[in-house]
Amino acid sequence: MNKLTQMMQWKAVRQVIEPFIGLFVVLGFFAVSDVSHILFTGSTWNLLLVQTVVVALGAMGMTMVIISGGIDLSAGSVVALSSVVGAKCILLGVPFPLVILCCVLVGGLTGAINGALIAGLRIVPFIVTLGMMGIARGVAKWIANNQTVNYTAKYGNEHPVRSILERTDFRHFFPLPPGVWLTAFLAIVMILVMRRSVFGRHVFALGSNEDTARLCGIRVQWKKMAIYAIAGLFFGLAGLMQLSRLNLGDPTASVGLELEIIAAVVIGGASLSGGSGSILGSMIGALIIVVLKLGSTLKGWENHIQEIIIGVVIIFAVCVDRFRHSGLLKRSRD
Amino acid sequence: MVAECLTPLLEMRGIAKAFPGVQALKNVDLTLNEGEVLALLGENGAGKSTLIKVLSGAHRPDSGTICVKGESVEIRRPMDAERHGIAVIYQEFNLIPALSVVDNVCLGNERRSRGLFIDRAAQVAMVEALLERIGVELDPHALVSTLTVAQQQVVEIVKALSREASILVMDEPSAALSHKEVDRMFAVVDELTSQGMGVIYISHRLEEIDRLADRVSILRDGEHVATEAAKTLERDRLIELMVGRKLENEFPARDTAIGEVRLAVRDLKRNEALDPVSFDVCRGEVLGLTGLVGAGRTELARAIFGADPRVGGEIQLDGKSLKLRSPREAIAAGICLLTEDRKAQGLVLGLSVRENFGLPNLDQFSRGGLINRAQESTAFDQYVDRFSIKIPHAEQGAGLLSGGNQQKVVLAKWLFRNAEVLIFDEPTRGIDVGAKYEIYQLINQLAGEGKAVIVISSELPEVIGMCDRILVMREGAIRGELTDIEGVSQEEILRIAMGED
Repeated sequence: MNKLTQMMQWKAVRQVIEPFIGLFVVLGFFAVSDVSHILFTGSTWNLLLVQTVVVALGAMGMTMVIISGGIDLSAGSVVALSSVVGAKCILLGVPFPLVILCCVLVGGLTGAINGALIAGLRIVPFIVTLGMMGIARGVAKWIANNQTVNYTAKYGNEHPVRSILERTDFRHFFPLPPGVWLTAFLAIVMILVMRRSVFGRHVFALGSNEDTARLCGIRVQWKKMAIYAIAGLFFGLAGLMQLSRLNLGDPTASVGLELEIIAAVVIGGASLSGGSGSILGSMIGALIIVVLKLGSTLKGWENHIQEIIIGVVIIFAVCVDRFRHSGLLKRSRD
Repeated sequence: MVAECLTPLLEMRGIAKAFPGVQALKNVDLTLNEGEVLALLGENGAGKSTLIKVLSGAHRPDSGTICVKGESVEIRRPMDAERHGIAVIYQEFNLIPALSVVDNVCLGNERRSRGLFIDRAAQVAMVEALLERIGVELDPHALVSTLTVAQQQVVEIVKALSREASILVMDEPSAALSHKEVDRMFAVVDELTSQGMGVIYISHRLEEIDRLADRVSILRDGEHVATEAAKTLERDRLIELMVGRKLENEFPARDTAIGEVRLAVRDLKRNEALDPVSFDVCRGEVLGLTGLVGAGRTELARAIFGADPRVGGEIQLDGKSLKLRSPREAIAAGICLLTEDRKAQGLVLGLSVRENFGLPNLDQFSRGGLINRAQESTAFDQYVDRFSIKIPHAEQGAGLLSGGNQQKVVLAKWLFRNAEVLIFDEPTRGIDVGAKYEIYQLINQLAGEGKAVIVISSELPEVIGMCDRILVMREGAIRGELTDIEGVSQEEILRIAMGED
């Protein structure tokens, strides 16, 4: 019994440690290079966290979707749509709390539509969200009249939306902007939801074996609907963060962001066939991508080099994961 | 070590294989002669599959020698096994549904013309010749997805023959076949052995061993226990060798008074084309539902459980009419379905056994949407003890368990719900003798508690041995009811099932 509890504790510890290994490897690489004195400062890490916020929020929703066996390709477009809607609201003089609500709800609405189509008409998520990717992008451009929605001319740089993700001290780690704290808080909530809640258990069951889940009395189609809607809320919130960071609503921004988010989730150990993945892993995955980008910039590598490196890291991460799993499977007998 | 080989078709000597934490095989010997059927028996986890995987090149043994036709061979990869004439037909076939019979047989072994193109005519001719050789009629151009399980098995056999296999391993070949199909498969096996092929036959159905096997090799806990001529080996002795202890009786006795009607199904129709189905199950009764594969037993169970739609009829529990539109509602009403296919429908293999146990019971283990893991673990541990489920710990992945233990986890998760009606669909398929007995005992216990139990099974001895009453299905409807269980014969059930009454 003693040995058993030890084993279980070790397993729990491993689950927490494993996602960090990749991050340490990446950090280790930059630590021995000539940019370490810039990278390992409080100010840089402040910037790193601020830059991770959008991908991290998107990854929270995406992790849930991917664990449930689905995919959401509309994330990037929804982020753009949400930021445009937010900027328009500000221009219309909508009060600050309502701006936040509008951004989040726009995301939730697109997610709910995705979910309704996937659950109600049983269309595969790839197709539905591919369609929504185009629709959300088009609507964003339409609302914005094909140009960026700039509210600084009217309100200057003082609008409270800006303060959500604004860096106030460029020399120290603290204070972190409220957006970073909110992201960290939501990450903890989502970790609890996925690991400890009935909903989370159902998401894992659904992604691993939908048939069994249904026969166990889980309302599979309702759960799917909820999963995409909640993911949409996260994308909407990410759009608000984008708005705060860019200080304008840009309908052409965040192109390809969905792939970056999916990459973060996959680097974090999720399987695209569903049933496995973790919020913590995805958060680390998001951080790895941002560290790689910033590190490459500091090293003076050009954009195309960054893209190649991130591509290699994605493939490498999945290979390592696969290797680990095949090792596990070999232990089974009969 | 110099390998010394005699002349049998296949000789495995001193095979040992360890996995982390388990010695799967210890010094196992196995001999197969030309033209014989060797039955390989053992409980789940005894090492049969590992031994077969060593033979097929899927696992490499830690020690031991393998000789084919007197020559020592080394099998490192599946390709080596194929080269030495060894073919394995697993329970899950290696066929591509979207391709035709010919294309499947020749996949990876295409007949070419001019080095580049597939010589279709030659391929078809070869497959036709092989089909004729084993005496089976099958359209070589048919898509595999349109074939029955039995026909797919034939395709696997033809594939083995096309690669000039002389040693054929069949892993539970009868598990998914109807009685008639099993007979035909036996005829094919007879034909093959008469042509000099050696067949290693793995099955849990002991009556098949009597009919088919020349010799029987028994494994227990990774060790070779005995090899005896099938003719002289008594059934009781066989079971004793497999289990390692004496089982008093194949079916435990039940002494339960049958009470009032609990579940009543009235004029249930799954679709307009089928005849309506009506039957009752009483308090403390075990009702058998049998018939050939495809007779509609599983479909009927799923319709009662709300998993499949139905067009008419009524279901009553304790006199109250139920409107069940989903499994969720059926579960809430107190009906449970233990599905036939544990891997696809019974368990979520990606979750741990504890999480699987909790899945239909989370309403009891959660407050405000948060799961109380301690509560869940405590409840699960009780069932682990009660059913003697063999798992290293509760966090074990459900996919890594043996068939019997998987079935026990499925049982545990449903029994915790304390349901009033339990429908068991093929509860002992692919389960070894010892675990079967435990499941029978459990069914008896449930009946004793006043539940209504339905057992769907193709194994007639099991239905006759376990049930108070038997319904026989054919073409989606109930065609016969047998109440005098003492005097029922297998032939009688089969006649109704096949429509020869």
